[in-house]
This record gives sequence, structure tokens and C-alpha cells, in this order.
Amino acid sequence: MKTRRREEGRWAWRLTGFITVCVYIFMFAPIVATVILSFNASMFGGFPMTGFSLQWYYKLMANDAVLAAFRTSLWIALVTAMVTTAVGVVTAFALVRFDFPGKQALSTLVILPALVPETILGVGLLVLIKSIDQPRTMLLLVLGHILLAVPYVVLITQARMAGIRRVYEEAALSLGASRFSSFREITLPLLVPAVVGGALLAFTISFDNTSASLFWRPAGVETMPTQILSMLKISISPEINALGTVMILVTVGIPLVGGLILQSLTRLKRRGQPTEEAR
Amino acid sequence: MPDSQDTISSPRPASAGATIAGAAAGTDSPAVEFRDIDIAYGKFVAVRDFSLSIRKGSFVTLLGPSGCGKTTILRSIAGLVDISGGQIMIDGRRVDDVPIYKRNIGLVFQSYALFPHKNVFDNVAFGLKYRNVPKPEIVRRVGKALEMVRLPGTEKKLPSQLSGGQQQRIALARAIVFEPQVLLLDEPLSALDANMREEMRVEIKKIQKETGITAIFVTHDQEEALSMSDRIVVMNAGRVEQIGTPQEVYETPATAFVADFLGKANMLAGTVSRSSGPTAVTLAAGQTVNVVAPKPLAQGGKVTVVVRPQKLSVGAAGANRLSGRVVSASYLGGSAIYEIDIGGGMTIRANTPISGRVFREGEAIEVGFDPEGCVLLDEGGQRIS
Repeated sequence: MKTRRREEGRWAWRLTGFITVCVYIFMFAPIVATVILSFNASMFGGFPMTGFSLQWYYKLMANDAVLAAFRTSLWIALVTAMVTTAVGVVTAFALVRFDFPGKQALSTLVILPALVPETILGVGLLVLIKSIDQPRTMLLLVLGHILLAVPYVVLITQARMAGIRRVYEEAALSLGASRFSSFREITLPLLVPAVVGGALLAFTISFDNTSASLFWRPAGVETMPTQILSMLKISISPEINALGTVMILVTVGIPLVGGLILQSLTRLKRRGQPTEEAR
Repeated sequence: MPDSQDTISSPRPASAGATIAGAAAGTDSPAVEFRDIDIAYGKFVAVRDFSLSIRKGSFVTLLGPSGCGKTTILRSIAGLVDISGGQIMIDGRRVDDVPIYKRNIGLVFQSYALFPHKNVFDNVAFGLKYRNVPKPEIVRRVGKALEMVRLPGTEKKLPSQLSGGQQQRIALARAIVFEPQVLLLDEPLSALDANMREEMRVEIKKIQKETGITAIFVTHDQEEALSMSDRIVVMNAGRVEQIGTPQEVYETPATAFVADFLGKANMLAGTVSRSSGPTAVTLAAGQTVNVVAPKPLAQGGKVTVVVRPQKLSVGAAGANRLSGRVVSASYLGGSAIYEIDIGGGMTIRANTPISGRVFREGEAIEVGFDPEGCVLLDEGGQRIS
């Protein structure tokens, strides 16, 4: 009886392990394949490998259209990150710290863009612009990206804000700091992890966005994802693998570096005072 | 000099605004004065008709169970809660419309509330910085404040590196360093463990005496209130039950609530069986005791005799005798606490020094108390005076 149960347990563990491995392979195989193939010497963007080469990266560097798209995506993502973070922090502060009629409705509305299918949002904004007879401009594209990223930043900031106890602000006020000063000196510094995290997330959301950008971009403007898409229409060139690898580097690398910087910052502050005394 | 400034419009029935007496006694105005304060959250009235005048340099405690409105009153002085009626004066200046950051008040929280990302120096210096004190002066005063709370040299530490007691002392330093007009303490000892609590109690009282600052202390702990205060304001359900010195509220509780909340007094219901000579009350349990009535009582009137457990002694002492059976006995070394069934469904508590033997459960026992040692309440639970 006992051994049988142990036997069953072992099989359950093996099955769980097997499924986990499968899931990970499923998740990472495409990424790994893209990265490996970007170094393939072959003319065709597929296996088998015929040799190691950086030629597709050189080609990429010489491709003006790609470079232009990269620059466009980069600054759109930067602007999106900055504006979204500012809007997100203020919104989260209002939603957590103040009571006002319709607060519940507003807090649901603010995350709605994250729930509505992107294509619908894309078409919707486009229809709106057309109906008031405005051209598609870069401003529209940036505003669209901000619209897409705000919900996530609000959610992140809201969660952190709810964790910052109100007594800190009350203490600051009682000591003579105005409401603005207490926000700047107390609330904001305590909010920094959420601010940085939100900014990074907004950056990647904007940098990665494909479907909505297809609707919103002005004529002749390409972002990185739309550039890849239009290149794919012609051929599956290994250049695309190289481009994909660069994209992965940017969208994974930036948050990673950001996180590391944040971590070392907090560690620096703690150093030099080893008398850590638990409460 | 009698502390005549701490006055109150008689709690019940409320005759609002009847007494702001005593203020005329001194030339300077009271440190804090409440005039008929009402505080409501929507329909819920947290505080009703609260009037109190607090003399400069005194230590006043708001004591009551949770939800009695004591913290709400404290927060209204700070400006963290809006009052819906009445006036609050600090140092003779009306502050209803003054925002919190201009009120010049020191605030100590139950949860310390030290800024976690600032070190001890920056925490303590915070209030001085916003008062445009020059930097060398800030350094000097922060150092002095840290010495006062006996934590000198901790300037560079972060709050997370300090124990709870140390954090609360830093919070105290932060609240007094800019010499506020009033120091508000919101259950500052509740988050500390028992040993630390006693130490901090002495410390807070000492610092308050040294600085001469007016302190308002909120607690639900009667021991803290009795040991630290010049005056205690006992509150219940948004109303004041009694204001007085620790001894007054303990020895002569004004209401049944005060008698019960401070030290769990014995409340013996009975009827007046003799109204002249020595007044006598026949208890519901059937036994008759002599009491000292402050005024003649009508025969047959219902009264409650309040006797502190400490006033009940075992053995010969005391003119009044109650006999019963020990329900439970707790031996505390120097003294013992007995729960005694005196018949008629009445149980009394006696906290008595041990002389001779300790009684056991089920044993017959006789306790006595002096007629002077009790207080009489009328049917409404108010002290007869």
C-alpha cells in the first residue's frame, strides 16, 4: 500500500517534470532558433547550418530602411515610456489615495485598453481620426502606443502605491512638508521601483507593438516590427533572423539591465552598515 | 496649583458650551482647546460635543476602548481629520482652516512611520529643513535630540537597522526637535513588546517633563494612562465619560463605564435599605452593607455599590463583611486574586495581600471593606455626588 503510493508519487513527479520541460522547449525553441540561424552562413533562412558568419549583421548595418525603422521605434518607445510613466504615477496616486465618486468605474476604465483586442483599438482610433478629418501623423502613433501601455503602468504603480502606508505622508505633512513636497520627498522615492518597472514595460510594449502600429503609422513610416513584416513579404532572408536577434537583445536586455541597476542601487545604500537588526 | 483648566461640559446630559472655565485663571491661553467638537464620517458620528481645555506643559491622556473616538480627536488636532462642528484652538489661535503642515505639531505614530529610505539624521532633520533652519543649526539640534532619546551617533543608520524601541525613540526625536506647540502621541507603545513598553513609558514622560512640551497621549491601556498622565480623559462611544487626575478617575469613577474600564471594579447592585444614620444598601445577593452617601438617599432607591478589588481584604479588616465561596484563586506571590461567589448569582473579585494562608477553590471566605472605600452609582450609571 505504502510503496504503491510512493510509486504513484514518483510517476506524478516524472510527468510534471516532463510537461515542464516540454513547455520550456515550446517557449524558447523559436527564440533559440532565431538567434542561432542569424549566425548561419547559408543564403536560406533555415536549417541546416552551413557555417558561422556575421554577414547578415553587416548587411543589416548597411540597410538604411532598417536603421531608420530602428531609430523610429527607439524614440517612439522612449517618449511612450516617459509620458506613460508620468501619467501612470499620477493616476495610480489618485486612485489609491483619494476617494471620489466614480472611482471604481475609473479604475476599471483605465485598464480597459489592455483587455480590448488590439486590432479593435487600432481600427477604433483610426476611425476616430478619419471622422474628424485628421491625417495619420507620428503624434497619433505615439498617442496610440501610450494608450496601449498606460494600463500596465497604472496596474504596476497602483500595486506599489497601495503598499506605501499613508502614515509616511502624514508624518511628512505633520513635520511641515506641503502636499507636493511630501509626494516628492517621500512617496515618489518609495515608488521608484514601480516607476522604473513601469517605464521599462512601457518601453517594451511600444517597441514590440505590431498590429496597432500597422493601423496608425503615417504613410512611409516603418517601426521595427512593421519593417520586419514588410521584409517578410518579399522573402525569408536570414537578415530577418539577425534583426530578430537585435530585437530580442533590446527588449530583453533593457529591462534586465534596468533591474540590475535598481538592485545594485538599493544594495549600495545598505552597504557600510552591517548591523542588520531584525524587527 | 490645582489643574483647573482641564474642564469639560458635563458629559451627559450634554449642556454644550457651558464651561470653558479656568482659562481666565492664567494670562496665557491654553495649549489646546476644543469647543463643542463634532466629527462625523458620513452618517457615523465619531465624536459628539467634545470640549476640553489643555493647560500648557501638561500631559493629557485620551483613554478608551478602540472605536471610542480618541484617535479621531488626536487626528483632528493635527489636521488629519476634518471636524464637522465646533472649534479647535492651538495656543489661542483657531486652526480649523489651517492645513496640517502649517500647524506646528509633533506627531508620533503607533507604527513609528520613520521614512524608510532616509537615514536617522534625515528623518530627524526633516521638520527643521522645512522651517528653513540653517544647516549647522540643524546638525546641532539633531545631535541634541538624539542625545535626549539616548541614541547619539545613530545619524547614519537606516530605520530598518534599528529595533522597534529604537525606531520609536527616533520618531519621538523627530517629533520634538523643531519644538512644536503640542506633541501628539497615537498609541506609541502598542507596537512594542512588554519590557520595551515600560521603559519607553518612563522615557516619554521624562522627555516631556524636561522639554515642558504639552503632550496629548492616546491609549487603550489603563496602566499607561494612570502612570503617565497629569489628566485622563476617559472616553466611550464618542463621548467623554470623565476627566480627572489618575487618582480621581480611579478612586471616584463618574460612571459605571469608567469603573469597569479602569481596573474592572466590582459593581454590586442593590437597594437603599436605610437612608439615615449610616446609609445601608441591601445587595441583590441578600447581604447588607454600610456605605457613605454624599447626600441623603431615598429608601428603596436602586443603587450600585462600586468597590475596587484592592479595597476588599480577607479577614477581620473592614466594617462591611461579605461572605461567600471561592470560585477561583490566582496566587501572584505577594498577593492573590479571588473570585468569590456571594450568592444571588453575584461574583466579586478581591485582590488582596496575602496574610497567613491562601484560600482554595470551594472554600468559604469572608472579605471586608470600609464604607469610605466605595462609590455609589445611580440607576443611570452616574456617580451620586
